[in-house]
Amino acid sequence: SCPTMGRAMGLAGLLLGLVVVPAVLVSTSLRHGTPRTEAEPEPSGWELAADAVPEDSLWPLPQWVRTYPRQLQLAPSRFQLVHGAGSSAGPSCGLLQDAFRRYYEYIFGHSRRRTWGRRPLAARAEPELFQLQVVIEAGDPGCDRHPQLTSSEAYHLTVTEPVAILKAPEIWGALRGLETFSQLVHEDDYGSFLVNESEINDFPRFAHRGVLLDTSRHYLPLKSILTNLDAMAFNKFNVLHWHIVDDQSFPYQSIYFPELSDKGAYSSNLIYTPTDVRLVIEYARLRGIRVIPEFDTPGHTQSWGKGQKDLLTPCYNGGQPTGSFGPVNPVWNTTYDFMTMFFKEISSVFPDEFIHLGGDEVDFSCWKSNPEVKEFMKKQGFGTDYAKLESYYVQNILDIVSSYNKGQMVWQEVFDHKAQLKPDTIVQVWMADNYARELSRVTGAGFTAVLSAPWYLDYISYGQDWKKYYSVEPLNFPGSEEQKKRLIGGEACLWGEFVDATNLTPRLWPRASAVGERLWSSSNVTNLQDAYKRLTNHRCRML
Amino acid sequence: AENEPSWEAPCTKLLVHVSTPGCDGFPSLDSNESYKLSVSKGSMLLSAETVWGALRGLETFSQLVGRDENGTYYINETEIVDFPRFPHRGLLLDTSRHYLPLKAILETLDVMAYNKFNVFHWHIVDDPSFPYESSTFPELSKQGAFNAMTHVYTASDVRSVIEYARLRGIRVIAEFDTPGHTLSWGPGAPGLLTPCYIGEAPSGVYGPINPIVNSTYQFVTSLFQEVSTVFPDFFLHLGGDEVDFTCWKSNPEIRAFMVKMGLGEDYKKLESFYIQRLLDIVSSLGKGYIVWQEVFDNDVKLRPDTIIHVWKENNLQYLNEMANVTRSGYRALLSAPWYLNRISYGQDWIEAYKVEPLMFEGVPEQKALVIGGEACMWGEYVDVTNLTPRLW
Repeated sequence: SCPTMGRAMGLAGLLLGLVVVPAVLVSTSLRHGTPRTEAEPEPSGWELAADAVPEDSLWPLPQWVRTYPRQLQLAPSRFQLVHGAGSSAGPSCGLLQDAFRRYYEYIFGHSRRRTWGRRPLAARAEPELFQLQVVIEAGDPGCDRHPQLTSSEAYHLTVTEPVAILKAPEIWGALRGLETFSQLVHEDDYGSFLVNESEINDFPRFAHRGVLLDTSRHYLPLKSILTNLDAMAFNKFNVLHWHIVDDQSFPYQSIYFPELSDKGAYSSNLIYTPTDVRLVIEYARLRGIRVIPEFDTPGHTQSWGKGQKDLLTPCYNGGQPTGSFGPVNPVWNTTYDFMTMFFKEISSVFPDEFIHLGGDEVDFSCWKSNPEVKEFMKKQGFGTDYAKLESYYVQNILDIVSSYNKGQMVWQEVFDHKAQLKPDTIVQVWMADNYARELSRVTGAGFTAVLSAPWYLDYISYGQDWKKYYSVEPLNFPGSEEQKKRLIGGEACLWGEFVDATNLTPRLWPRASAVGERLWSSSNVTNLQDAYKRLTNHRCRML
Repeated sequence: AENEPSWEAPCTKLLVHVSTPGCDGFPSLDSNESYKLSVSKGSMLLSAETVWGALRGLETFSQLVGRDENGTYYINETEIVDFPRFPHRGLLLDTSRHYLPLKAILETLDVMAYNKFNVFHWHIVDDPSFPYESSTFPELSKQGAFNAMTHVYTASDVRSVIEYARLRGIRVIAEFDTPGHTLSWGPGAPGLLTPCYIGEAPSGVYGPINPIVNSTYQFVTSLFQEVSTVFPDFFLHLGGDEVDFTCWKSNPEIRAFMVKMGLGEDYKKLESFYIQRLLDIVSSLGKGYIVWQEVFDNDVKLRPDTIIHVWKENNLQYLNEMANVTRSGYRALLSAPWYLNRISYGQDWIEAYKVEPLMFEGVPEQKALVIGGEACMWGEYVDVTNLTPRLW
């Protein structure tokens, strides 16, 4: 169990022989990206917040924070999260209603005092904060819609008596603001809920802030995925990149092609039914998280071949089929007939504007061994350049998916092998070797990029490796202003070779939190000591 | 169908036969854990010298039972003769860097039993916290635990661990590591730790246990008197690792002591001075002891039955250490290649598996002095949220 601030306080007092300084006596601190000293000595494990200030608990750090010494009290039995006057959203906005209940629980969860009652006459000295009013400024709040890459997540939070106000252009910003507000409320030594008067102006630095989960190497039960979405919301992540199928297993239960999971899943209970998928999408939506599914082809498709005959390329040896299969067969028309139907389904099941089409690590050896493929290569004039065959395939898929009005995300090889991409195709840079140069190339060619290369969280190592993820500066690549604008964000990847429900949560969190702040907060929020302080508090809170 | 196995008459009993009585005793280093398991048509027999062997045999038996697609439980005819290669097969848990709730410890003991581990090395206190509730010195945990109400092991908790372990044939060896790794002892035992100096004045910071004052040895005697009674195993782990001499060097009284005793500038001799007295105290309490390798490396005078715990790993140097320790006639425990807290990507179990503890230069009599080893899960980055998947 993770104790509250009590642990850090006790230790600091223990070791330094100091009396703990209550937060109340700390003077105004204006935080504008916290420019601090450059030197970052290894923070001792126990020299934590002896004199904690409220911002020592915010994660990710907002763009602009001002807190005051004056504290307000919250009574669980009286405090309410409500729609404010002038908001375009009201009680019919299911997303906000759900959020109000959820954040009430997060703030007061373990408190027992729930029954409504008037403020006692002989109350504590601090004034009471009665409400947080949420005001959505957009004309049409869009409470039933899904978040998009272009959604606004900005918000303005004013905490002052008697009522705090959270203003946001869109509901997505309100969700972000509610998370921040919940991080401001703290408990004192006597169990009272307090919040410092504050003003916060916040918005994300990058619009695409994702976490990749791999449900093919190991099946992840629904509960794991939903718990992870909760954790993502605590860290203001807004994209779940669902790498749902791969070589090892095909857990996605397709409506048009039920055999894919019948034959390709690890077992009949280790699948995601359409209901499961809908649940994930809605659970994510209520947290302002987009779900981008990845159906990776033409490589990484061994499991597809179990339920779909004649999809994969038969490999040959000395003129005879060996019985094993390679990537998707790019020369048969049936392949594209299948993909047309399949992606029609995917386009309707997944509401996000984007679908990830994969395209990574295609092994050409099987293609090279297959006589029909060799024949096709000759006919097309590709010579011996199989990258051209791969691009031929990918271009067809891009066309298919475009025809369903979906944008596409691809892994970097698709770009590297010179396939003709659509102008709005997003390229995900994942190869660690000299990724800055790749970013320059991709953005220089006019494409949008998402960065994952330094954030492969499945590559565990001993010690505080969150620091190395935190210290990445995504825009550290040679390029013009225009180019830098094309880097729209990044994704922390947790590949599943060594991950399942028994270790997903402790492996991903709070390491992914480092990536979360890097993608949300200002570029000058880099001080590791300050981050350590806030991250340790945040981690305990997440538990 | 043709190839279906024909089930024999169902087996209804596993007979367990133990030669030597002793159900209420504790396992020890000398316990016999051998067993024989015989499963044949009409009879299943598990026979062992002692109850400890019977426990090992039961675990094996449970691993032999399978279940087919119809849900039928079955077992193949089997003959097994089994005994451990090494008598000391341990696991170290660190409950000072992070407190581990009782449940986590008990769960770990269960999994240890599945894997035939037989020693729980409880590194119970250290610099960051002192969760052990001492009846003689209650202030130690009151002042030294992360939270004296919630992050402590009461006498009853400790008894629970010892009994839970015993029922699984697991010995509990407690480690009260001194003279270093004792910062958390300071607040509850004023005057125990060495005050560090900056120039002429105390800096307010403390170092290892103060080896030059009598009060230290009075304290240590009383504490280990209690610990010897609370923990029934013959052995105690006394630590003795990573003693930082800087604080001692800075303290004028200690410098004066060094001169008086003719120890020169060799603070290893001061460390030995302390350790020797500690070992005498613990011996007089009727306990044997295990110490980390520094105690051997620093030439402390040890009793011949001391067990040296080899932990330093640097390019397979530990094999040399094992050779040196055993050549000097001491028994050795190996942990160096098994620091499981040092995680890395991929199937790192393979490296741990490939270790051959006896792969060092030495005669058979030396090799016989290697009594086993311990997998260590230090707690700097481990608590109840990640202990189990990191360890198993």
